[in-house]
Amino acid sequence: MYELIQHLINGLASGTIYALVALGYTMVYGVLKLINFAHGDVMMVGVYVGYAVAFTLGKEHLGSVWSALLIFAVAMSACAALGFLIERFAYRPLRDKPRLTALITAIGISFAISYGFQFDVHGTIGGHELTLLPGAAARRFPEIIRPTQWLVLGDDDVIIWNWQVISFGIALSLMGALQYLVFRTRFGKAMRAVSHDHRVAALMGIPVDTIIAFTFMLGSALAAGAGILYAIKDKSIQPLMGVMVGLKAFVAAVIGGIGNLPGAVVGALLLGLCEEAVVGYGATALIPLLVLFLGVVAFEQWRRGGDRSKQVAVAGAQLTALLGFGWLIRNVNGSTWRDAVAFGFLIVVLLARPEGLFGRVQAEKV
Amino acid sequence: MKSLLPVGIAMLVLGLLQLLLGGSPYVVYLSLLVGVNVILAVSLNIVNGLTGQFSIGHAGFMAVGAYLSAALSLTLKDYKVGFLPGAVSDQLFFIVSLLAGGTGAALCGFLVGLPSLRLKGDYLAIVTLGFGEIILVALRNTEGLGGALGLSGTPQYTSFFMVWFWVFLVVLFARRLLASPHGRSLVAIREDEVAAESMGVDTTAYKVRAFVVSSFFAGVAGALFSHFQSIITPGDSFSFVKSMEIVVMVVAGGLGSTTGAVIAAVVLTLLPEGMRALFISLGGDNAALAQSIDQLRKPIFGLLLVLMMLTRPQGLFGTHEVWDLLKRKKGATA
Repeated sequence: MYELIQHLINGLASGTIYALVALGYTMVYGVLKLINFAHGDVMMVGVYVGYAVAFTLGKEHLGSVWSALLIFAVAMSACAALGFLIERFAYRPLRDKPRLTALITAIGISFAISYGFQFDVHGTIGGHELTLLPGAAARRFPEIIRPTQWLVLGDDDVIIWNWQVISFGIALSLMGALQYLVFRTRFGKAMRAVSHDHRVAALMGIPVDTIIAFTFMLGSALAAGAGILYAIKDKSIQPLMGVMVGLKAFVAAVIGGIGNLPGAVVGALLLGLCEEAVVGYGATALIPLLVLFLGVVAFEQWRRGGDRSKQVAVAGAQLTALLGFGWLIRNVNGSTWRDAVAFGFLIVVLLARPEGLFGRVQAEKV
Repeated sequence: MKSLLPVGIAMLVLGLLQLLLGGSPYVVYLSLLVGVNVILAVSLNIVNGLTGQFSIGHAGFMAVGAYLSAALSLTLKDYKVGFLPGAVSDQLFFIVSLLAGGTGAALCGFLVGLPSLRLKGDYLAIVTLGFGEIILVALRNTEGLGGALGLSGTPQYTSFFMVWFWVFLVVLFARRLLASPHGRSLVAIREDEVAAESMGVDTTAYKVRAFVVSSFFAGVAGALFSHFQSIITPGDSFSFVKSMEIVVMVVAGGLGSTTGAVIAAVVLTLLPEGMRALFISLGGDNAALAQSIDQLRKPIFGLLLVLMMLTRPQGLFGTHEVWDLLKRKKGATA
């Protein structure tokens, strides 16, 4: 029982970090209809900025609330600036080009940032040794929040750390704040208008460029915050860390229905829990979950009506395929397959319900 | 019979070149590397260029072909076809394992393509990327294929002739495909999917077919690759970086231009190699510098993509071939 609780907590903790990154993805996709592949790498830059600030502050000043806040604030504003630059100089000139062009650009930027950070560039300015680019070696992230045990159940069976509670709280409150921003403020109304049709929005007097730039900065700042939480959890940072987290967060956003804020959070928490389930109980732990998911999808289609015999046949085929797959992977050790979970999950979701859990089907405009 | 003429000429020319190059192992090695990349770029161009889809998991298919054929060759290594001389029998087995690698990759292409090609643009991109990652995770965890350490000891069958004959085949295939009704349907899908569908083109079926063919050649390229490398590992040779390299080649050459893909693949493969060779020859054994040149390649590929998209999104040749440009010039002067 304790083991299950501990796994649940670990899953939720990594899920909340995915959630913060996924929120940025989903917002940018909402206004631009662009998968910002560089999002994970912006997050990595934020982590390194946080690292630099913590390093400059020195060990003796770390651990207090104010220093943590300062680190978060500097990292988030630096990433907001980076996000603004990327949007201004790479994405804005391509806004009216085919979507593929912007996608290729995004991949290019992701590559340039993540591999550019693998260089080790030093400089000396005014007698101070400065590191301009950190180099490929992994570094240890300093303890900017002193890890304490927030709650212990049983005989050290379940440990909840304070940073897990803090990140969970931050993720939920940010989601609430964003939901408020998008649906209750003038700015949010403008965002939704741009998302709906940016040409018509411009005709209505909405400053489209400003709205998009601000959305980008907001998303990038969120990514920086998420990145530092991730670094607190993982303790080790390196230039390629953003790629996998970014991809997983994207998967989470798609699972929840891309463009939908609560969907992104739910998808991310689900993904975190699934990964933890696979690590804890082996790959077969996913099969009941997938059966449940496909069951919900099938139930919904059944309610809509249509060809009954075909629906039964499809559901039966899916169930057989899943059980067969489960039998195939019954001996697979979960922890090494952790990174494959997200993509497997993504493929199943895109097959059964491409619009995601909470997304709405949109008819294609011709 | 006329259609077989180019095949005959190609075999003759390649055979002669093989004899000429025989003495220089470094040049042969480079030419093998270039050839494999050309096959990859031209085959990816069938999906990304002709059909207008966006696959960024090409290295995954390459990995399937490489591992499948290497495993097959390793098991067949000790067998011979009795009445044939040893080398001929080896090459025969090599061709079998090449085809097996290609077929395995094509099967994967079918499995990935069938469901995911109902998706558009960016979703498809992410699914192909996911496929590539899943393949890597699977390879890393399969002890029978060497796991994370990689598979070594594959017999070194690949020859200049074999690689460039496949280059010839894939280019010929791409050209013939474009001139066929199939190719025109693919181009119609690229230009406007909705319009193509309303004109009666079965878009999903055509896209899946393009995917299968493209993965077949990627698998063959992987198989050729694994038979001249002393070791293949799931880490470097088949990672996301490799997929992106191929994408850069296709985009730089011009999405939809077969000759563009060939030229870009040749240049982008030789450039880093040439620079490394140059630095080594200039600075003696300045290994650190040569290594940082190798590192520089990746961010430069990224920047190259961005600059390309901002200044010339259609690539070097757009959807044209090299000889189209010559023709246009002639028309202008006349």
